[in-house]
Amino acid sequence: MAGIGGAETPAKKWGWGVLNTVVVIYALIPVLWIVSLSFKSSKTLADGNFIPREWSLENYQNIFSTSEFTRALINSIGIAIIATAIAVVFGTMAAYAIARLDFPGKNLLVGVSLLIAMFPQVSLVSPLFEIERSLGLFDTWPGLILPYITFALPLAIYTLSAFFREIPWELEKAAKMDGATPGQAFRRVIAPLAAPGVFTTAILVFIFCWNDFLFAISLTSTEQSRTVPVALSFFTGSSQFEDPAGSIAAAAVVITIPIIIFVLFFQRRIVAGLTSGAVKG
Amino acid sequence: MAEIVLDKVTKRYPDGALAVQEVNLEIADGEFIILVGPSGCGKSTTLNMIAGLEDITDGELRIGGQRVNEKAPKDRDIAMVFQSYALYPHMTVKENMAFPLRLAKVDNATVEKKVNDAAEILDLTQHLDRKPSNLSGGQRQRVAMGRAIVRNPKAFLMDEPLSNLDAKLRVQMRTSVSRLQKQLGTTTVYVTHDQTEAMTLGDRVVVMRGGVVQQIGAPQFLYDQPANLFVAGFIGSPSMNFVPATLENGSLRSILGDVTLTDRVRQLVEGADAPREVIMGIRPEHFEDAALVDAAALSSGGKFTQHVDVLESMGSDKYAYFNLTGEQAASAELQELAADAGSDDVPGDGISLVTRLSSASGAVEGASSEIWFDADKVQLFDPSNGRNLTYTER
Ligand SMILES: Nc1ncnc2c1ncn2[C@@H]1O[C@H](COP(=O)(O)OP(=O)(O)OP(=O)(O)O)[C@@H](O)[C@H]1O
Ligand SMILES: [Mg+2]
Repeated sequence: MAGIGGAETPAKKWGWGVLNTVVVIYALIPVLWIVSLSFKSSKTLADGNFIPREWSLENYQNIFSTSEFTRALINSIGIAIIATAIAVVFGTMAAYAIARLDFPGKNLLVGVSLLIAMFPQVSLVSPLFEIERSLGLFDTWPGLILPYITFALPLAIYTLSAFFREIPWELEKAAKMDGATPGQAFRRVIAPLAAPGVFTTAILVFIFCWNDFLFAISLTSTEQSRTVPVALSFFTGSSQFEDPAGSIAAAAVVITIPIIIFVLFFQRRIVAGLTSGAVKG
Repeated sequence: MAEIVLDKVTKRYPDGALAVQEVNLEIADGEFIILVGPSGCGKSTTLNMIAGLEDITDGELRIGGQRVNEKAPKDRDIAMVFQSYALYPHMTVKENMAFPLRLAKVDNATVEKKVNDAAEILDLTQHLDRKPSNLSGGQRQRVAMGRAIVRNPKAFLMDEPLSNLDAKLRVQMRTSVSRLQKQLGTTTVYVTHDQTEAMTLGDRVVVMRGGVVQQIGAPQFLYDQPANLFVAGFIGSPSMNFVPATLENGSLRSILGDVTLTDRVRQLVEGADAPREVIMGIRPEHFEDAALVDAAALSSGGKFTQHVDVLESMGSDKYAYFNLTGEQAASAELQELAADAGSDDVPGDGISLVTRLSSASGAVEGASSEIWFDADKVQLFDPSNGRNLTYTER
């Protein structure tokens, strides 16, 4: 493999190329394997072929034929979007305050949110279960949204306050001098400049909520609020002897799509935001 | 109609730092005022209080006769140009300049017209659709000016607006700022620590030190009649020479020889109740090569013969530098000035003297030369408090 430093020799380029290919293949094979499985019919499912011998949409039809999966999909989308929106809105406000203002207890607040972010989630599962049961939140959307926000908020505050610190203070003063109210200064000057940070945070928080399994399996019991990762684990074949692997594969492919769309959609905004962020030269 | 009055304005920061102390200043409508002083003397703080970006701890600020202490910046109708320009990076030049107008809910046609007019004045017309990050330093500076002038504010506040430009551009922009202010006739408060800008731009200059106003006056007046050692040393480049001296029966004894005080100076000194030990200040241009001075002047002025340390010929003049052995004039003001100029750590005992001689002078580097100085131009200061003992109101 290529060493570090030195000139770019063709041999080195080759070395890097090979290394990159290996890494990419290593990461992509399982994904491709799942995609391949999802397109196999139940008969050929276990034949071990990488490329399906006969392509079929049977698995996709299966998962969408029952409410088990569609309902879980709706739950997942709804819960993740609501939790992301709330975490990003509150995170933006908190991060702005932390980056800009000096108020008593600021360091304590930052410390506590760091503490929450580091807290092992497993140890919270049983207390949360008890609390939610007695509050009637168990197996409801808010019952998942609340813990998601709790853990996503510190993440949001950290990412966002880093972005806010990058925005020169003087821009806000300039806006005030130009006749803006604090609200206008925030909306028309600070928010557009913080947009890349907000989108980055939104992606991270959304992925966190979307992928969560631990809370989702402990705090739900029925289709009413079960999210996709959990629903997947409850998949069974139509008979006791049928392997649900095909359905699971199809469902896994389906739930990856929103993430890809989300990232692709916001990635463009992030790049656009970053390049216009230059202030001084 | 927007005169700005600072009435015993004081600023104490929450951490207890007293940044500005009882500043009294009356700025007439249309006047160009310069705040100048070494770093940390409270210039920006004063400007920010006028802008409304900092609260006023004590005293009153009136704009156009109205108390505005409690008003938010947006209600004071004042525009500000920042040192970093503070252009909005996500907006084009046009949007940047239109921003104050949009906030004021001005209709589109008027916005268009005003922005185009301002762009015309500032020579920015061809850059209107570009983003600030693609502009040069000078262009950004002009956009910042443009954003300030579009809405005809009551006053402009500028905090070192040219200090991010390179030297040549700074000279260019200095003249255009001056021209623009004359053209618009808007009251302007301009902060700088560059004393060339202070001398050339303003109608009046306010010299500050440690949060206290030292002197207010026209640039030439401050140059001729500094109220104290600090102003004397701060205004002028190269700066005034200071030498310890002793007053004795109407004559002045120093390392530059004995000289009889002229009647004018003696009257002032007697009126000022001067101590025996004083600090003598002489500007470089009040020295001359003794060989070029006529006999009458020669006998009335002071003379000394010294070794020329360095000679710089500027074509029109010659600067002769001397290094005299002796005690330096000691005072808190002079120490602070030296610290601000960054020369307090230059090793050198003895007194360094800068003289500006006529180009006809035969002074040679490394050789001795007889130098004359004008006794009537000597200024004397009280070393204990820095007061100018030869100060007159004229
Ligand atoms: N936010 C603040 N909190 C506490 N003290 C401050 C604050 N801002 C400024 N000061 C102090 O107030 C004094 C005046 O500061 P100011 O910024 O007005 O100086 P300045 O004359 O503008 O200097 P410079 O030429 O370096 O810009 C300084 O001693 C500074 O340390
Ligand atoms: Mg300043």
